[in-house]
Amino acid sequence: MSAWITKSAAELADALAAGEVTSVELTQAHLDRIAAVDGQVHAFLHVDAEGALAAAAASDARRAAGSPASVLDGVPIAVKDVLATRGLPTTCGSKILEGWIPPYDATVVARLKDAGLPILGKTNMDEFAMGSSTEHSAYGPTHNPWDLDRIPGGSGGGSAAALAAFEAPLALGTDTGGSIRQPGAVTGTVGVKPTYGGVSRYGLVAMANSLDQVGPVTRTVLDSALLHEAIGGHDPRDSTSIDQPLPALVEAARLGAAGDLSGLKVGVITELSGEGYQAGVLARFQESLDLLVAAGAEVVEVSCPHFVHALATYYLIMPCEASSNLAKFDAMRYGLRVLPEGVESPSAEDVMRASRDAGFGDEVKRRIILGTYALSSGYYDAYYGTAQRVRTLISGDFAAAFEQVDVLVSPTAPTTAFKLGEKLDDPLAMYLNDLATIPANLAGVPGISLPAGLAEEDGLPVGFQILAPALADDRLYRVGAALEAALERQWGGPLLAQAPALAPALAPAPGHATTEENR
Amino acid sequence: MPEITRDEVAHLANLARIDLSDAELDHIAPQLSVILESVASISGVAGDDVAPTSHALPLTNVFRADVPVPCLSAEEALAGAPASEQQRFMVPRILGDEQ
Amino acid sequence: MSDTLLSFEESLAAYDPAMGLEVHVELNTATKMFCGCPTEFGAEPNTQVCPTCLGLPGAMPVVNAKAVESAMRIGLALNCEIAEWCRFARKNYFYPDMPKNFQTSQYDEPIAFDGWMDVEVDGETFRVEIERAHMEEDTGKSLHVGGATGRIHGADYSLVDYNRAGIPLIEIVTRPIMGTREQAPQIAKAYVAQLRELIVALGVSDARMDQGSIRADVNLSLAPVGTGALGTRTETKNVNSLRSVERAVRYEMQRHAAILSGGGSILQETRHWHEDTGVTTSGREKSDAEDYRYFPEPDLVPVAPSREWVDELRGTLPENPTQKRARLQAVWGFSDLEMRDTIGAGAFGLVEETIAAGAAPQAARKWWLSEMARRANDSGVEIADLGVSPAQVAAVQALVDAGSINDKLARQVFDGLLAGEGTPEEIVAARGLAIVSDEGALSTAVDNAIAASPDVADKIRDGKHAAAGALIGVVMKEMRGQADAARVRELILEKLA
Ligand SMILES: [Mg+2]
Ligand SMILES: [Zn+2]
Repeated sequence: MSAWITKSAAELADALAAGEVTSVELTQAHLDRIAAVDGQVHAFLHVDAEGALAAAAASDARRAAGSPASVLDGVPIAVKDVLATRGLPTTCGSKILEGWIPPYDATVVARLKDAGLPILGKTNMDEFAMGSSTEHSAYGPTHNPWDLDRIPGGSGGGSAAALAAFEAPLALGTDTGGSIRQPGAVTGTVGVKPTYGGVSRYGLVAMANSLDQVGPVTRTVLDSALLHEAIGGHDPRDSTSIDQPLPALVEAARLGAAGDLSGLKVGVITELSGEGYQAGVLARFQESLDLLVAAGAEVVEVSCPHFVHALATYYLIMPCEASSNLAKFDAMRYGLRVLPEGVESPSAEDVMRASRDAGFGDEVKRRIILGTYALSSGYYDAYYGTAQRVRTLISGDFAAAFEQVDVLVSPTAPTTAFKLGEKLDDPLAMYLNDLATIPANLAGVPGISLPAGLAEEDGLPVGFQILAPALADDRLYRVGAALEAALERQWGGPLLAQAPALAPALAPAPGHATTEENR
Repeated sequence: MPEITRDEVAHLANLARIDLSDAELDHIAPQLSVILESVASISGVAGDDVAPTSHALPLTNVFRADVPVPCLSAEEALAGAPASEQQRFMVPRILGDEQ
Repeated sequence: MSDTLLSFEESLAAYDPAMGLEVHVELNTATKMFCGCPTEFGAEPNTQVCPTCLGLPGAMPVVNAKAVESAMRIGLALNCEIAEWCRFARKNYFYPDMPKNFQTSQYDEPIAFDGWMDVEVDGETFRVEIERAHMEEDTGKSLHVGGATGRIHGADYSLVDYNRAGIPLIEIVTRPIMGTREQAPQIAKAYVAQLRELIVALGVSDARMDQGSIRADVNLSLAPVGTGALGTRTETKNVNSLRSVERAVRYEMQRHAAILSGGGSILQETRHWHEDTGVTTSGREKSDAEDYRYFPEPDLVPVAPSREWVDELRGTLPENPTQKRARLQAVWGFSDLEMRDTIGAGAFGLVEETIAAGAAPQAARKWWLSEMARRANDSGVEIADLGVSPAQVAAVQALVDAGSINDKLARQVFDGLLAGEGTPEEIVAARGLAIVSDEGALSTAVDNAIAASPDVADKIRDGKHAAAGALIGVVMKEMRGQADAARVRELILEKLA
């Protein structure tokens, strides 16, 4: 196992700049790690060794010529399979898109390429990002590197697990209701959902357009800031993109790491810190609050009374938008085409029905039907309309809270990673995982999750969530970096150093045949 | 209290163009009822005086100049097609009418 | 399975018609509604497509500013209010030529609403109220393979070209048009004709009904006479010529009347107009398919045109059509009857353009209302779709004015134009139609005619000049019509003086 793979992206960037290592060496080291452990973790759906090495060689040539494309030029990255990558399969974890190769790049992917980051491959996810455990992937679940019998969170379990298993130093995720932050929490990694409109959604296969955001998945707060700056900023191809410069995120992270938070007011959200939370999660959360106070911050409790309705609001808006977004998967232009059995000369409609039945998994079907119901004539006002109004109230709660405090905090997820299969057929129990992350998506505000330590009762990672007002993403980095520095001083190093070592597998774990096929 | 019957689920699946088998209908219908019951809890939370939010940030008037940009080639456009003929997407016979 | 029809007169005796017209105008923007793909007509299949208009996963729409501007100009020209704030919505339904399986359209927040247009029929003005004009996108085009004659029914499979998918459309919807009685068919036709004229004047569309850049859907219902109620309506789709608008209204009136008077009830459904046979046939029933599950398009932000922008666009509007007609009638010196006939023939714009191209007003009117109207009638097409342009008519008239040809020869030039034989000058040359101005040849022909009819010549010498007509006929025959009859007459009288 190469020593390089446990370094942060910032350290790798420094080493590349100092000429201590080449991008080809770094890329190869990560490809080797993937080959060694991904049979157990199953973080990747597709690995592009050839493309990544070619991009790495080009990066090395730029370095040699003294003209790197960016600070991260040459640092490899993994990309969630929900982002379109020209020439690389993009399945969204669904059978219906098996083998689809987009003829275009998502804007964030194009920006990664422009910045010189070799793309290692595409990471596993719940089908169309619908889930909180990555068990809804049509290509088999991803396993949590802390305990292979447990879920890595979702929907971006693949990206988070790739970071936790040192298969990639950086990854992109997407967050509609917590799909970056919740996997970050349960895998002991860092994840950021930027301000809605802060990062382009062009090329992100939409689940719920008004909630989706692309963001960084990393092991350190500074790395997230570096990646956020690389992918963020205005994109004329996304009408909802904000046409103004990003705040200075990297600078904020460096400032925060110095550890002084005096003058900062932190609000603990009453509604997101009591009932339903695992004891070990609450203990670690309190410990982090104490560290913030020690760093000079003032901590107060703030009530956001409508947050209790956030989950219900989300589960109305999201299926409505999703049911319409997923209509395009109809076997006519791309993707799976299945002919219905026993039908002579089937019509286009017959083929659509059969293909969508065969191509979509249970969770996707549930949400499509739910959304179809909620939008149907007679129900729009009662459901979508009502939800949009409650959304206004939730945004109002944020606005009122940010009048009193600079940032809001909560545990990222109510529990640590649960066992694979435990909640698979209990949608409501599964949905509860996103309780604390959803309000930020509904209001469009940015949020970060960073590791807060291990829960006493199960030794599994706990996440700490920080939320800031829209456009003030820099606050996440300042506060996050300060807390991270304080915690790591206590731990004597990064939390992931305490993760069990993954033994290189001799044979792929059962149920991974598709992964291998898919490569 | 909202309730969603098995027949209603079958109708919705039809609208959404998904063939659901009897087994799937039996499985999904009760789950949807539970979810709906839970989400229906927000009815009455917001009064009619509360404006709905359709976009997280209040942007308006985002336009593009009427200037052509390069297209995909027909090969690229058709590369993912399950079937094609005469540089067109080949689809099974269409029921209903000419649009 | 032909429909039973009641006569038009009997239909009116028992029922009042109510119409609604939905007209789709394809804008002539350089790019599509939500992406930068070009909109040229007739390109190779699937060459004007991108991830957005192909509905590829992940692609997103961005609104074409020019399309919004055109929509507002159309709205203003129709005396509409322009929304201060409106959104796009998704209209969800599955169809293979619609890439996303939803059409990005507008629902309850159209960009323009509450307008009107005054329509003139037989010198009377009828106000048609406009409910709304909204922006949306077109679908792809399917080619049906197998089965009979490329029709959708009975085809084995279809081939889809998405070049047209995403081209901007403005849908203009009238309020129910009541009280039209026996004028219903003409008012429907005149409304579409005048709307087309307005679109041409605005310069926002190619406005070619034959190419589908203007498409009309005709809603029609009947109610027992005098009740003022609204009956069940049918929606007849894609009526693609002015003539068909009139015929489709008339047909549906008679069909509904036959059903209702027989004690039946009208099925609310979509119907299809058949240009060739002049009938409508049943399409899909509306009841089930109409659950479009509209909701605001989350990938687009609201359109909130500033009042300054609206006022600026108001300043670019063409002259109000009614005022324009009155002004031009005075300039052209047309009588009321001439004016009414011109408008009634759907030739107002054509005559205007012909005059603009240099022809004298009466000459322009004469060609369109006699020669062109006859030819259009013979071939059963709209006068505008005949295939002769105003510029060509003006060019032919210029040849007449120059004495190169006469009216009779001009008709042969039009034959040549319709046969695609080139410009009027080229046709005159190729067909050898020019009037013979060679005095020697003419003189010889006149001498021959005089020699052949000495008795006629004597009458003329005696001062009976009316008899010259017989000799002129003989000369013209010998010259195969290519002589100036006035000059021939002069020569005869000179020689027999
Ligand atoms: Mg429409
Ligand atoms: Zn396009």
